Amino acid sequence: MARKISMKQAINEAIDQEMARDPSVIMMGEDIVGGAGGDGERDAWGGVLGVTKGLYAKHGDRLLDTPLSESAYVGAAVGAAACGMRPIAELMFVDFMGVCFDQIYNQAAKFRYMFGGKAETPVVIRAMCGAGFRAAAQHSQMLTPLFTHIPGLKVVCPSTPYDTKGLLIQSIRDNDPVIFLEHKNLYGFEGEVPEASYAIPFGEANVVREGKHATVVTYGLMVHRALDAAAALAKDGVELEVIDLRTLSPLDLDTVLESVEKTGHLVCVDEAHPRCNIACDISAQVVQQAFGALKGPIEMVSAPHTPVPFSPVLEDLYIPSAAQIVAAVRRSLAGGRQ
Amino acid sequence: MAEHGITPIVMPKWGLEMREGTVADWLVDEGARISVGQPILDVETDKISNAVEAPDPGLLRRRVAQAGETLPVKALLGVMAEPEVSDADLDAYIAAYEVPAAADGDDAAPLYIWTTVDGLKVRHARRGPDTGVPVLFIHGFGGDLGNWLFNLDAIAEVAPVIALDLPGHGQSDPRLPGTTLTDLASFVARFLDAIDVPRVHVVGHSMGGAIAAQLALAQPARVASLALVGSAGLGSEINSGYIDGFVTATSRRDLKPVVEQLFDNPALVTRQLVDELLKYKRLDGVPELLGALSRTLFTGGRQAAQPALALEGLGLPVAVVWGASDRIIPASHAANAPPGARVAVLPGAGHMVMMEKASDFNALLRGHLAES
Repeated sequence: MARKISMKQAINEAIDQEMARDPSVIMMGEDIVGGAGGDGERDAWGGVLGVTKGLYAKHGDRLLDTPLSESAYVGAAVGAAACGMRPIAELMFVDFMGVCFDQIYNQAAKFRYMFGGKAETPVVIRAMCGAGFRAAAQHSQMLTPLFTHIPGLKVVCPSTPYDTKGLLIQSIRDNDPVIFLEHKNLYGFEGEVPEASYAIPFGEANVVREGKHATVVTYGLMVHRALDAAAALAKDGVELEVIDLRTLSPLDLDTVLESVEKTGHLVCVDEAHPRCNIACDISAQVVQQAFGALKGPIEMVSAPHTPVPFSPVLEDLYIPSAAQIVAAVRRSLAGGRQ
Repeated sequence: MAEHGITPIVMPKWGLEMREGTVADWLVDEGARISVGQPILDVETDKISNAVEAPDPGLLRRRVAQAGETLPVKALLGVMAEPEVSDADLDAYIAAYEVPAAADGDDAAPLYIWTTVDGLKVRHARRGPDTGVPVLFIHGFGGDLGNWLFNLDAIAEVAPVIALDLPGHGQSDPRLPGTTLTDLASFVARFLDAIDVPRVHVVGHSMGGAIAAQLALAQPARVASLALVGSAGLGSEINSGYIDGFVTATSRRDLKPVVEQLFDNPALVTRQLVDELLKYKRLDGVPELLGALSRTLFTGGRQAAQPALALEGLGLPVAVVWGASDRIIPASHAANAPPGARVAVLPGAGHMVMMEKASDFNALLRGHLAES
């Protein structure tokens, strides 16, 4: 049966159900159990925002609290994956990837290739991403482009609780390393989610709203900004098609191309910094493969090329807004040929 | 409905979950004379798009709702009135019209109930009056109780209705009590035991029709009447390409053309409809159970059992309804209905005849129930 739960609960449920189904699923991270070494309750924290709360009580020592050493435990997770386990490593904030990046891009991502296809590395590395949490420049970045750049990594960034559960289950069952990025400002977002387990295949974009005048391609929190923009534009009779990529690697370019061939106008929205980001990538690929379908300039809406400001006023200005998306759609439509 | 000769056209309520709909397009102009059952305008919901049909004949005087507007159920969409009603009266009527608030009970009562039968959680919906023999709706292969979204409320006006998700379907547990028609029919009987309903009129669509016929054969005292809709169990042919396609499709791209075969008008297959089906098909165990079910029921591309051919002699009132352009089970099977059955083959409808020709279907079903 389906009922409404938050994205945070969807993550917890996906891990819980996969741990119950498959004894090789284990989890490690900082404070994911919490309370170890103290006199009180072991299951005290459940992670920095309580995402894994309650899992220790059900699955015991298959959840492991680690020291504050990302390179050690992400390396351990990658090694355990290469040896037959299905580890989930939780990294709190994606911003901390720097300290364990060799384990990810130079080890996990390369094993299948360098061992002639004989090695599999079914590891999931989960982390929070995105701005708007008043957490300053080192805890607020949208680093999806960094991982999307690396062959051998799969990159997921969901926008709804339904997608979160199904994509996380797919990530755990997948035999390749998966970077699973959760926008912290969506943790409280609620939606209908079936109680039963299900997996959403990678590389299938979701058309979250159909329209015929322009296409917005995005992912994560920005899907909701794009839907706000679509609602605003609908009042003026502009019908926006909104595509949620769901997985950035593999990428479902076919759905994007089909939409652009219908609408002729494309706006790519990415919360990441503007240089070499997902919006640039989609724009370039559409120009290469569907240039003839374009009736106006492709527009891009991204955060500025600066660190995320700590000032709340500036941080709110930093994050791409529905108004910016509306303006970009109008620019593309106005610059268009008939 | 008519007040001073003014007949309102309002936003319909299609299915238990519908709260609002969007006017897609008007199909008739102001000043046009409308006959009963004529499509007046297209409405889209988050589940499906369909035409609003005229409940009464009349002259369309005003199109109140505009294309693109999203309005709550029962909101005023247009008004019909004879020429002698003045424009001022129309204006006053439109200005004074208030959307009736949902009855208190509507939101208080749960939309769905879950009952555990043989360890399986079964979703069902109950509507309508408290007394009378209930009408049980059984959907087909891969379907769910949502297939009856245009029918349940209409029938609930005259009789209590019960619609269930078969085990392994919809939001019931994704497991099967067995894969034969006998297994499924005896499960439905135990479901009725569990909800304490001794006797029912049964309406079955497709595979659900064969289950209904099997239930009538096994427990004749339990079944007051049968309505078989695009039903399995009346012949051996079935579109195995559809069955295989439905079982194996894993993406929206693959599933959409398969599902389009269910309708005479493929445009009725919206993105939401395909998404809902994909959500169901992606549940753990569902592809496997659909495969197991199809291998038993549709062995080698034929219907393995035809219980509805054995209904003669039960003395049971039977109605058989088919969409003339059914591409899943041929409408020619209607000729195999038991003697004395009320048979209707509706043009302009495919396998999902109860959705595509909802008002005709509801009228037929009401007639059948009234006589049974």
